[in-house]
Amino acid sequence: MSENIQENSNDSNKQQATKPAASLFNLKGLLNKNFGDLVFENTTRFFAFIVLAIVFLMAFEMVRQSLPTIKAFGFGFITSQEWDPVNEQYGALPFIFGTLFSSLVALLIALPLSLGVAVFLSEISPKWLEQPLSLMVELLAAIPSIVYGLFGIFVLIPWLRKVVEPFLGRELGFLPFFKGPPYGFGMLAAALILTVMVLPIITSISRDIMKSVPASQREAAYALGATKWETIKIVLSGSKSGILGATLLGLGRAVGETMAVTMVIGNRAGISLSLFDPSNTMASVIANEFAEASSKIYLSALIEIALLLFIMTIILNAVARLIVWSVTKKYKVAVH
Amino acid sequence: MSPSTHYKVRKAKSRLMVFLSLLCLVLVIVPLVMILYYTVSKGINYINWDFFTKMPAPVGEAGGGMANAIVGTGILVAIGSLMGIPIGVMAGIYLADKEKSVFASTTRFMTEVLNGIPSIVVGVVAYILIVIPMKRFSALAGGFALGILMIPLITRTTEEMIRLVPHSFREAGLGLGIPRWKTTLFIILPAALKGIFTGILLSIARAAGETAPLLFTALGNRFWSTQLDQPIASMTVFIYDYAKAPFDDWNQQAWAASFVLIVLVLLLNILFRLATRKRFAT
Repeated sequence: MSENIQENSNDSNKQQATKPAASLFNLKGLLNKNFGDLVFENTTRFFAFIVLAIVFLMAFEMVRQSLPTIKAFGFGFITSQEWDPVNEQYGALPFIFGTLFSSLVALLIALPLSLGVAVFLSEISPKWLEQPLSLMVELLAAIPSIVYGLFGIFVLIPWLRKVVEPFLGRELGFLPFFKGPPYGFGMLAAALILTVMVLPIITSISRDIMKSVPASQREAAYALGATKWETIKIVLSGSKSGILGATLLGLGRAVGETMAVTMVIGNRAGISLSLFDPSNTMASVIANEFAEASSKIYLSALIEIALLLFIMTIILNAVARLIVWSVTKKYKVAVH
Repeated sequence: MSPSTHYKVRKAKSRLMVFLSLLCLVLVIVPLVMILYYTVSKGINYINWDFFTKMPAPVGEAGGGMANAIVGTGILVAIGSLMGIPIGVMAGIYLADKEKSVFASTTRFMTEVLNGIPSIVVGVVAYILIVIPMKRFSALAGGFALGILMIPLITRTTEEMIRLVPHSFREAGLGLGIPRWKTTLFIILPAALKGIFTGILLSIARAAGETAPLLFTALGNRFWSTQLDQPIASMTVFIYDYAKAPFDDWNQQAWAASFVLIVLVLLLNILFRLATRKRFAT
């Protein structure tokens, strides 16, 4: 039967009645479609379905495995500060704080820098220079995070300990952010490494968004006698929401970054505003303790942290993508 | 203020902002240059034939290499590719074909979501799905985690590369009465193949550079192992262990391994950009 359909599929198109059948796989065209098309379409659809299924499977499995701690601690898991595997007390607040604090400090430094670079690439740079410079910025994103970590341990941290932190402590020690002895390992190191790691993503998306602002707007500004900077301001205000999306994507990256942070943050749970203090993030506590988690509830607690991280990054990415997509749709330019 | 001084102030402000923007650029390029400089200058002394062919030396002995880690990374990436490439390419073909269906948009969105999930979380899932049932750390679990990480990258580049093929290709095929699936497989796909292939290479580069999802799946191994159901060494976990170790000799080897990794990753990235630049530009 299948061969018949394949051979005279085009002739039989109009003669055969269609059988409507609602299902995930497109079967309603079974009789009036080329059989090969049908097989091909449903095969590729199946693989697309796998991608969807993976995300749901991940969520399902993590929820299932973290049920013991969800039942035992409930909402207190997020609000409690006590992380004591020996006495089976699990509160993730110090790690959530560490993740958010390090990421926000990184964003605070990275955002102006990224915007500066994006402005340069999109508005100022001569054409021939733009490509190689963009490539260089994007190569920063390609460097594996373990290499950032290595660089952090052996180059950044000695420099922070000997030069930067003593200086900051001396000059700005009255602020809560620069208190305590300069260890080198700690929040500041993590935030700086994260800064470098989120720069490329914010830069490249902001640049694409700025480039998608129609040239007519710049021409209009120049025609009215605006200077370069005044024109750039108009472009910037036109790309505001896109830049917000880019920032959220950068935040998503910073929140989930593991190796580089684990290697430089000092890995000591505690909530402190001082950038000099060692800390711990959600990702780094998983990296450090997962392989050694001896009891079932300990493992469950770590998996719940992974689940929280999963939820955080999904929300951040979803919101950011929607923003970036709606902006680029407005200008009808493809941006990735 | 006279109009002309006002103009001069505006002009000066504009120049200042352009200068600041340039300064930002310099500040961003500096870390790249520094990382490359340190990796090369610290790693190059240790790069020799032994480094690629010898096993790690016992503690206290000089020399040794990371042959097992190189092979291990190869095996892990191969497992990841076996899983990631078929799923990624097929899903990409589907998405390129069905631009606007609800299911396609949802999948496209989920691909982006999957791409944004931290690799450590993927490692946790691989642990739940494979390490717990098998009751031991294994190369299989590590490769599975890498496979999941490769899927969204491959899906996206496949879709993009197919989209870059001019519409006239498809129209020509369909116009000749060739079925849609044959048009896709034998006309459009070959035209996009180069881009898809380099996209795959790029995802392999990313997988080879991943550490976090391997920590508690493939674990690491100081001995030679190619068995899929046993813990296996990898270059990235090798770097991690050697960077934390209190021996100068080992730290040096960590730099050397980073050097190898960076060369690999950057070469593949530049290759990708060269191959995908100006495809079918009008």
